[in-house]
Amino acid sequence: MKYEDFNDNEYLEELRKGGVDVIVGKLDELINWGRSNSVWPLTFATSCCGIEFMAVGAARYDFARFGFEVTRASPRQADVIVVAGTIVHKMAPVLKRLYDQMADPKYVIAMGGCAISGGPFKKSYHVVRGVNTIIPVDVYVPGCPPRPEALLYGMMQLQRKIKVERFFGVVNHKQPKSENPDNEK
Amino acid sequence: MEKIKNRILEVVPEAVVVSEAPLTVSVPPLPFYDLARRLRDDEDMRFDYLVCMTGVDEGESLGVVYHLRSTVYGHELVLRTAALDRENPELASVVDIWATANLNEREVFDFFGIRFINHPDMRRLFLRNDWVGYPLRKDYNADEKINPVRLESEETIDVAPAYEASRDGEVEEIEHVLFKEGEYVVNIGPQHPATHGVLRFRVQLDGEIVRKVDVNCGYIHRGIEKMCESLTYPQMLALTDRLDYLSAHQNRHALCLCIEDALQIEVPERVKYIRTIMDELTRLQSHLLFWSTFCMDLGALTAFFYGFRDREKILDMFEETCGGRLIMNYNVVGGVMQDIHPNLVHRIKDFIKYLPPMLKEYHEVFTGNIIAQQRMKGIGLLSREDAISYGVTGPSGRASGWACDVRKIHPYGVYDKVDFKEIVREDGDVFGRYMVRMEEILQSLHILEQLVDNIPEGDFAVKTKPIIRLPEGNYFRSVEASRGEFGVYIESRGDKFPYRVKFRSPGLPLVSVVDLLARDGKIADLIAVGGSLDYVVPDIDR
Repeated sequence: MKYEDFNDNEYLEELRKGGVDVIVGKLDELINWGRSNSVWPLTFATSCCGIEFMAVGAARYDFARFGFEVTRASPRQADVIVVAGTIVHKMAPVLKRLYDQMADPKYVIAMGGCAISGGPFKKSYHVVRGVNTIIPVDVYVPGCPPRPEALLYGMMQLQRKIKVERFFGVVNHKQPKSENPDNEK
Repeated sequence: MEKIKNRILEVVPEAVVVSEAPLTVSVPPLPFYDLARRLRDDEDMRFDYLVCMTGVDEGESLGVVYHLRSTVYGHELVLRTAALDRENPELASVVDIWATANLNEREVFDFFGIRFINHPDMRRLFLRNDWVGYPLRKDYNADEKINPVRLESEETIDVAPAYEASRDGEVEEIEHVLFKEGEYVVNIGPQHPATHGVLRFRVQLDGEIVRKVDVNCGYIHRGIEKMCESLTYPQMLALTDRLDYLSAHQNRHALCLCIEDALQIEVPERVKYIRTIMDELTRLQSHLLFWSTFCMDLGALTAFFYGFRDREKILDMFEETCGGRLIMNYNVVGGVMQDIHPNLVHRIKDFIKYLPPMLKEYHEVFTGNIIAQQRMKGIGLLSREDAISYGVTGPSGRASGWACDVRKIHPYGVYDKVDFKEIVREDGDVFGRYMVRMEEILQSLHILEQLVDNIPEGDFAVKTKPIIRLPEGNYFRSVEASRGEFGVYIESRGDKFPYRVKFRSPGLPLVSVVDLLARDGKIADLIAVGGSLDYVVPDIDR
């Protein structure tokens, strides 16, 4: 993939168009460089997409190249949850709890049609129509199941997203509005 | 068959013979239990294997269809019975005759609300305990407001309801205690890397000895069977791939065969060859994945990388010919989607040469390892009788000495033309199940070797009507999927939509024996047992 295509959704870098403070900005960059290159996913899969997720973890596609290789079985140690597969009514509270158990800052990737909208099972009586109704999603990776390259692309988009986050001075985008000090001015 | 028919009519004079081939008999609910017992026990009938159990909404009554097969004589029988009272449907349980009925009856209860008398545990199997309504009934109200997405977990119950008939026929509700007060119960799953998906075990422990395993399913129940009732036949095909995604071709093959049988379409010889080749490639990639994940469960992480490396070679072939890596969508009614890619033949030939040395390496790094051997040998013993009674087919059943390969019993595709050995072992333990799969890899390569050069010329599909309507009737076909017998039961009323579709998943019986195999073993062996059964959770839950 060409670099121009990779940056086709421009809005992320625009968050920083106004420039940043020299010292704090550099500190942010340093921290984000580290964070974005060690995103640990949770070993979480419900169906077919999970097999492709495993394939990305295996030797050929090898997401260790980007720092994602440490899949954690415990949500307490994970940074990102890749929702790989259909989420059904019975699973919804479990997914919510898993997300709540993860430590901040945390990210969600919705992998595959089922996680995005219910996919081929949209009309079923027992399927949640998109995980964004339960937990906030950062990156959507379409496909049924997505190719490993697509998942890698999605994870790299997440890296971009992490890189523009700010820790010092201004609010973190994850913070609720009521806690935003800018609003009080 | 005539003899069996007469015997049934002798035992139950009011039984009605619905069709002759396959022999289908409709039996009233009252004498059903005694007939079922006779069918299994009588020397000349011996229907010891309950293949498939299906609930059907028949309008005024709620029916159940039992597909029976004898492992001694090989003959088959379809029994139908019905609970006449729709408001308060009750039927006699056959759990003590066929152990596989345990989870199947719970499934029927879940979908249709039929209560089985003398079943020990009448909880819902897939849906939440607080679910309103029975989804596969035709009058089910699918309003989102009645069953919204709830974000609090259901309460796990330790006391299950059960129904018992007293001597004068009165049915009373009793309580079946799953776990007593003070017993030490550990929850494993649904989020656990060793359950191979979202399966949940509740394990009662005594120190590190497992005393009881209670399986909770339904965390990936997508209601595929209900969805199929509102899809046309070609549309249904897409969903079969997603049942057991590691046997995608085989599942779809079963449904195609079932529809082709009903329409009496004869597919070209070329199609049969292509389908058989694809089935075997699917089996190979599934068994390679089994090896990777099973070894990983036992702590051998290197195996994961080796297995996936070799599996990718098969996925490449799929991608070239079918367009998809995992979900191929290749079989269609009357043939396959498109012709095979010119590269396929030589890729398969390369692969046949490539894999055997790799297998040797697999055995060197893992099978011969003393730690692996000690964790596998003598663990999780499954006897032949239990395998049949629970309906554990596929490599797991064959490891217990039950020759249950559908490719041999009812050859489809071109399995009658190729020479291959049905791997049957007598050990019945984890090691046996592991070795059956490893040896089946070689047999699959052997089948491919015979087919790959002899694919006949011809069409890759026959033309079918744009709108497919199945003639009225009941159809059942099964194939040998990667983990056992995968069956499709279609009940058609002559419409372009099926009236009822049931998938006989090989996974449900596999998970029903976990309790039996893991009981009184160490908790670490539970992981080995689960890994060796190699169930796929979306296939169990459907």
